[in-house]
Amino acid sequence: MSANLDVMRQPLGQSPAARHVRSLDILWLVAVLGAGFGVLAAFNQHMDGYEVGILIGATLSLATFGWFWRSMQGLTLAVAVMSGIALWRYGVYFGDQLSVGLEALNAVQGKDFFLKFLVSSQSAIMWMSALYVGATFTYFLALITRAEYIGRIASALVWAATAFGLTGLMTRWRESYLIHVDYGHIPVSNLYEVFILFAVITALIYLFYEGRFRTRNLGGFVMLVISAAVGFLLWYTFDRGANHIQPLVPALNSYWMKIHVPANFVGYGAFALAAMVGVAYLIKFKLGGDGENDRLPKLAVLDDLMYKAIALGFGFFTVATILGAMWAAEAWGGYWSWDPKETWALIVWLNYAAWLHLRLTKGWRGAPMAWWAVVGLFVTTFAFLGVNMFLSGLHSYGTL
Amino acid sequence: MAFLGSMNLAIILLVAVALASVIGTVLQQNQPYGDYLMKFGPFWFEVFRTLGLYDVYSAPWFLAILGFLVISTSACVIRNAPGMLREMRDYRLHAQEKSLRSIPGHAEWQVPVSVEAAAIEGRRTLLESGFNVRETRVAEGYLIAGRKGALQRLGYIFTHVAIVIILVGGVLDSRIWLALRELKGDLVVETRPVPVSQVPPESRVPASNPSFRGNVNIPEGQQSSVLFLNVRDGYVVQELPFAIEVKDFRIEHYINGQPKSYESDLVIHDPASPNKPVAQTISVNHPLIYKGYAIYQASFGDGGSKLALRAWQLLGQSGAVQDIQGAIFQDIPFSLGGQRYTLELNDFRLFNINPVEGEGGKVEQKNFGPSMVFRIRDAAGQAREYENYMNPVVMDGRPVFISGMREQVGAPMRYLYLPADRDNRLDTFMAYYARLHDPERVARAVQAMLEEINPEAAKLPAASESIRAMVGRFVEGGYDAIGTDLEKRVPAEQLQQAFETSVRVLQTVLGRMYVELLAERGIEAPTEQDERFLADAVTAINALALYGSPIYLQMTGFEHIQASGLQVTKSPGKAVVYFGSVLLTLGVFMLFYLHPRRAWVLVRENESGARVLFATTSHRKTIDMQQAAAQLRERLELRLSGAGGHPLAADHA
Ligand code: HEM
Repeated sequence: MSANLDVMRQPLGQSPAARHVRSLDILWLVAVLGAGFGVLAAFNQHMDGYEVGILIGATLSLATFGWFWRSMQGLTLAVAVMSGIALWRYGVYFGDQLSVGLEALNAVQGKDFFLKFLVSSQSAIMWMSALYVGATFTYFLALITRAEYIGRIASALVWAATAFGLTGLMTRWRESYLIHVDYGHIPVSNLYEVFILFAVITALIYLFYEGRFRTRNLGGFVMLVISAAVGFLLWYTFDRGANHIQPLVPALNSYWMKIHVPANFVGYGAFALAAMVGVAYLIKFKLGGDGENDRLPKLAVLDDLMYKAIALGFGFFTVATILGAMWAAEAWGGYWSWDPKETWALIVWLNYAAWLHLRLTKGWRGAPMAWWAVVGLFVTTFAFLGVNMFLSGLHSYGTL
Repeated sequence: MAFLGSMNLAIILLVAVALASVIGTVLQQNQPYGDYLMKFGPFWFEVFRTLGLYDVYSAPWFLAILGFLVISTSACVIRNAPGMLREMRDYRLHAQEKSLRSIPGHAEWQVPVSVEAAAIEGRRTLLESGFNVRETRVAEGYLIAGRKGALQRLGYIFTHVAIVIILVGGVLDSRIWLALRELKGDLVVETRPVPVSQVPPESRVPASNPSFRGNVNIPEGQQSSVLFLNVRDGYVVQELPFAIEVKDFRIEHYINGQPKSYESDLVIHDPASPNKPVAQTISVNHPLIYKGYAIYQASFGDGGSKLALRAWQLLGQSGAVQDIQGAIFQDIPFSLGGQRYTLELNDFRLFNINPVEGEGGKVEQKNFGPSMVFRIRDAAGQAREYENYMNPVVMDGRPVFISGMREQVGAPMRYLYLPADRDNRLDTFMAYYARLHDPERVARAVQAMLEEINPEAAKLPAASESIRAMVGRFVEGGYDAIGTDLEKRVPAEQLQQAFETSVRVLQTVLGRMYVELLAERGIEAPTEQDERFLADAVTAINALALYGSPIYLQMTGFEHIQASGLQVTKSPGKAVVYFGSVLLTLGVFMLFYLHPRRAWVLVRENESGARVLFATTSHRKTIDMQQAAAQLRERLELRLSGAGGHPLAADHA
């Protein structure tokens, strides 16, 4: 056990007991709860039970989230300000009209400075894409040069990209209504939108662990996956025009979608993170393992991080699959139909269940588990993307 | 039991279910057996059928794996749960000094205070760190034992019991009831496509069947008290204790024509309560639950739309038309040129939203308007499937009538585009096509052309004869026929040139005949659009050689009658599965996020005060646990040194 002693000298972040409440935290609670319940009070009569439930749930989780992870506070503020600018600009042109049609929307997006270059959903998403890719290079640069400040720049880029990504989604939500009342929906309804969600969520999970483990040296690895997602997104946009807002097909017009999809993406994001930590592990392992003057965290820390990510992913994936089953029960008349998408979710789940068992009950650690985590990402990617491309089924997320 | 509850078996089973599921997704399940036969050939078709690969999830071997998973998980819980429950309650107040000392990371201090005072410090430290604490007197001192996160063990039990519950619930809702009936010989799968009234009693399942999931299409204004359950390559009829009437079916559309919602106005006629028919509108995501039966809007289809059709004869006397009335699902026999055919009207679609490349290469969704799907079957039973659009669709800037054709089920459609004329009608094309079948007109055109460009050749009957034959070949068999003919007569090295010359001559003739037609219709100055019409018509005639239908069927009118596709389920296992799911969710998060730990502080009196022995463990050997252990030890040390204590020994492992 003596090897673990080194591990314990690695800073692991503060334990909750060491936390001191700042006045900012109080302000945060007041602001979030105030905003959430303010919206509730203002729009109560337009909302049904589900919507009220979702709003309250979202407000409470955001409040808690920001309370325990302070960086969320700044991010939320940035997203709120940028989305606010977008709403303000649309307001300037369209007043309080709910819908104006695609033509009018495009015209305004083409001429307004803010919308054109910054906060229309398309621009925000382009910023997000550029910043994530930039962050990837910057992280690797920091890893090579061992320059702390370059690492800080990389983190800042990821935060900024994430803020743009979330802003892009928020504005897209408004834009869907601007195109047509009937088109309005939360943008988690097709492959294009969920790819943005995937990038953002993966980045957030990564940032969380970056803070906890106080190391930026894994950033480049994780950002590789996100850059790949961005690459897909760009191809999908420019080759397939997937960024155009489409109305929902009837089966997707459901409350379940709004919780099922994000839950799924916490799962996918966490699995992707685990796989990239696995890659870092394997590289370090091949290069001789732990040394005196390491750039990457100790192998044992990587191993632990991999476990944490997979556990997080597994938890959310379990919930997401159950929600999916409940939704299917409502939409298709059966909670389980062995539809390919559903079945692949099960395959992913079983795969990680096996991984967890081997680790926890057989005590497997190290390279084999890292390999398995990497393979797990391929399985996950197939469930996420491959099924839509190669298999036909009931899921209406569309083919490429 | 030891083997059944073993981890190795569990992992093998998990992986086995995953792999079997992969097969089920890669090989499309429950397709018509004919498709499989075509895909795999007779030998592999039979092999795969025997293995149950066309319905993996009902295959005995798959169910056996799931069964083993239930058994193995149960065995695992039965083996582990009692110990865990006991452990959860136990504070380990009997821990011996020797065993505490063997715990890695233990530590020991000498404190110049009484045992009571030292015990209080130890106790406080544990309480402050969130432990539940018990205390006992031991020889010359106290043992304080703490534990925390004990519910994690309950998480294990929840998770694994939940798996069993979910699988059991799933079995309740599965095909097992049908399988039992089949096994007893009470049920025979029907494979003929016959009307419900002709399905024999042994292919019917009484309403008492505990669980099922079936479909039925009910045309507007009609009702049904049966469902169809697809079984392998056939189906059985499930009786319902009530009748479902579809009063009306509606599709709402978005402005771009895409469907926005499907809904049906239903009335339930239940003999148990004849005076109170239940009426409700259902839509996708909003089912009707009636007495434990759930009725979903699953799909929609045609309910026998009435069609006005015009059949343009392509074979024989081409250009002749006949107007007929038909309805979807109707078979209409006809004969042409001594051959007998059947026209089978299969489907009607009011909207067809298709992606189209618009200006600037952007893909847009466009509504192509109504279409019908039909088959034309010849006397030998061979059939081709067609999909014809009613209205001309503008493609590349000009209107065309589109007809899709495929020779085999599942093959991609290939499309024929017939140009529409200035009035957006098919008449000009058909008139032109008929003309090309008229030998005299062709002869006149050829002769006139020869006289104009080569008066010498015009005098030779052979020249005009060969050109006429070429035109005939083109009309019957397209450019291919001309090519094949040339290959027979011309040396290979001159083939290319000969073909080009032939095509040029052909086009001149075709052009002349077109101008002639236009002139007859009063068009003296052909526009660019008319010129494109000619090019498109020639392309279409070339394609018609492969069309394989003796007629071109144009839809001229319709009365749309829809059918609502309902799915009706009775699933007594659903509540069980949901309960299991809640348990699973709870269990999984408890397993991951509760961190079970124990800690002991043993205080014993000695000559210079008290000796304090501290140890802590967790069965989770994670970094967090080690860190927490170190923190706890430091905290205790801080307290004790405040009381003047100093470390005696520590095991820094
Ligand atoms: C579909 C079947 C199963 C699923 C989905 C499943 C799921 C899980 C999960 C999620 C964990 C938690 C892992 C963690 O704490 O990180 C776990 C732990 C465990 N499972 Fe399973 N399990 C299944 C079957 C089995 C079977 C058949 C056995 C019996 C050998 C078993 C024995 C265990 C044991 C001993 C633990 C460790 C508990 C602990 O260390 O706290 N599981 N299982």
